[in-house]
Amino acid sequence: MRQTLGWWYTATGAARERRVWGTGAVILLALLFPLINGWLHLGWEAKVIPIALFIILALGLNVVVGFAGLLDLGYAAFFAIGAYTMAFLTSTVSPIAFVREGHPVNFFIAMFISAGVAALFGVLLGAPTLRLRGDYLAIVTLGFGEIVPLVIKNTPDLTKGTQGMNPIGYPEVPGVLFAVDPVPWYYLIVVVLLVSVVITGRLRTARIGRAWAAMREDEVAAASMGINLVTTKLFAFSLGASFSGFAGSIWASYLQVIAPEQFDFSVSIFVLCMIILGGLGNIAGVIAGGVLLGGVDRILFDWISGGVHAIGAAIGNQDLQLMDVSRSRQLIFGVALVFMMLVRPEGLFPSARRRAELHAAEELGEGAAQQERAVFVEVEN
Amino acid sequence: MIGITNGAFIALIALGYTLVYGIIELINFAHGDLFMLGTFVCLTTLTVLGFGTEVGVAGTPWWALLIAMVAAMIFCGGLNMLAERIAYKPLRRAPRLAPLISAIGVSFIFVNIGLFWQGPTPRRFPDLLPQYDFVSQLFGLHTLVRFTFKDLFVLALAIPLMLGLAWVIQNTRMGKAMRAVAQDTEMALQMGIDVDRVISFTFLLGGLLAGAAALMYGLYNNNTVFTLGFTAGLKAFTAAVLGGIGNVTGAALGGFVLGLLAALTVTYAGGQWENVGVFSLLVIILVFKPTGLLGQALGDRA
Repeated sequence: MRQTLGWWYTATGAARERRVWGTGAVILLALLFPLINGWLHLGWEAKVIPIALFIILALGLNVVVGFAGLLDLGYAAFFAIGAYTMAFLTSTVSPIAFVREGHPVNFFIAMFISAGVAALFGVLLGAPTLRLRGDYLAIVTLGFGEIVPLVIKNTPDLTKGTQGMNPIGYPEVPGVLFAVDPVPWYYLIVVVLLVSVVITGRLRTARIGRAWAAMREDEVAAASMGINLVTTKLFAFSLGASFSGFAGSIWASYLQVIAPEQFDFSVSIFVLCMIILGGLGNIAGVIAGGVLLGGVDRILFDWISGGVHAIGAAIGNQDLQLMDVSRSRQLIFGVALVFMMLVRPEGLFPSARRRAELHAAEELGEGAAQQERAVFVEVEN
Repeated sequence: MIGITNGAFIALIALGYTLVYGIIELINFAHGDLFMLGTFVCLTTLTVLGFGTEVGVAGTPWWALLIAMVAAMIFCGGLNMLAERIAYKPLRRAPRLAPLISAIGVSFIFVNIGLFWQGPTPRRFPDLLPQYDFVSQLFGLHTLVRFTFKDLFVLALAIPLMLGLAWVIQNTRMGKAMRAVAQDTEMALQMGIDVDRVISFTFLLGGLLAGAAALMYGLYNNNTVFTLGFTAGLKAFTAAVLGGIGNVTGAALGGFVLGLLAALTVTYAGGQWENVGVFSLLVIILVFKPTGLLGQALGDRA
């Protein structure tokens, strides 16, 4: 028990008890969700599946940004690569003749191949660029995130371009109807999600995770302690990419149609918002951020729009009736990002280490500034 | 020629990136979107002055263009200063990721302002400059190469602006202060330079150039849309990196080189590959020569 759940089981006494009960309750709630959804007639299954899937993405990006401190703004590119690999391997419109002629690869095998291909692209992009400083990496990944959908759009021979690829193979499990029922999808994604949580959690306290933390806090110090910066970064980067590829492959099969527009910059930013809002580096925080943002985006906006439309209908105002709140989505996210950075740069539920880092920097900064002012006043007098 | 002219807008926007990066090492993500809002200010100003459509306009209303340009420059400069004050200044001592993410947030806010202001569809920008091609009408040559009045207009406006910027940086008190802050902020502070004012002024300068670029872009391409800022910003950033980020001459040169390269990609590979070409160039430069064409070795900073 302790061996497999190391990171999570390390707290002692009451804290550990709280953690055990809390985690147990969340897992139970997640597993029972389809039943609750049925009893309460919420009709949320179509909304919860994408939210859970985006949380997998957030967990993967958290390894890159939260653990290793590398800002990746093109994360959706790996999501796209995963999705298109799945389509290439299982679709009847695949460019691979063997697949097209009725020999699709089994879904579960294709899922791992997709993750592998995404990780490979992660290595190809990361190997030359991870030598660069953080800001540059952000821009290179941003550029890559733009290139991938554009290339997909511009090569209709392979990818069907803007028309999109459809249909895509289903998972085949005897007795389970993936084709008509969303519930198996939900469980598939929850299982992948739980596995992701365990993997990322274990990695965080493993040797590589501690190397990431050291590198994030001070590259020069980490290097002088014998950490190979490039391979350590590369591992985080490609691991993050493989999570994205995994999620992409499931997403493609779940939606049955993929087109380049589904993978644009806003996806990368949405996932980034999730982890920043929740708390960089903290797995529970990332999940909470994902639930919160996904819920706001897919459930709350609909409610507000519905409410505004109802008010509009009641007072006979056309503008209110037609107003779509999700159009201001970006505005709300933008304000939220700036606000979070100003007020709580560590996120709503930060990891203890991150919080310490950010606040130590702040205090030190303020101290230095005061000193400077003091010197300045002396010189003036 | 389209390459060089497009390069001129890119260069002006790139200067805004490079100035800010040179001083506080922040990639001002919102800069491209600032430029986009600038094109909308121009469009609105021209509409208010009665030149929203070119129907019934004889000759070029130079005064209206001047007013539009000044309006866009003041708007962009002011807005850029405001954004710096609210979103970046409090984060000056925070870890480096914080202001960058804050800038992404500002960029989102700008894009949404643009969306609400002018709607999601591309807006037509009045075509107010004379249609005159020097190559075919002056020399009687009918080739693919054109040098129109529009090209001349853009270059005649952009080059003096760049020279003006160089003059400000080299010869004014404020320019000297800017260079000092770029070199060593702490030291500049000790020498009695008001660092906050210098940074604010840098954002103002960047905004002014973006505003001017906005009018040129509008008049040259005759359309604008709220998503314009993202690609424009990325291209300009590429240009700034190409020239060596933080290096003002480099940014101008990078803009022209990038404009030419984009035009070549369009000619030889087709329009849909333009952005792929630009971004691939960005990745290649960063991999092989991260200091850019004119950048000096930055050591650990690069």
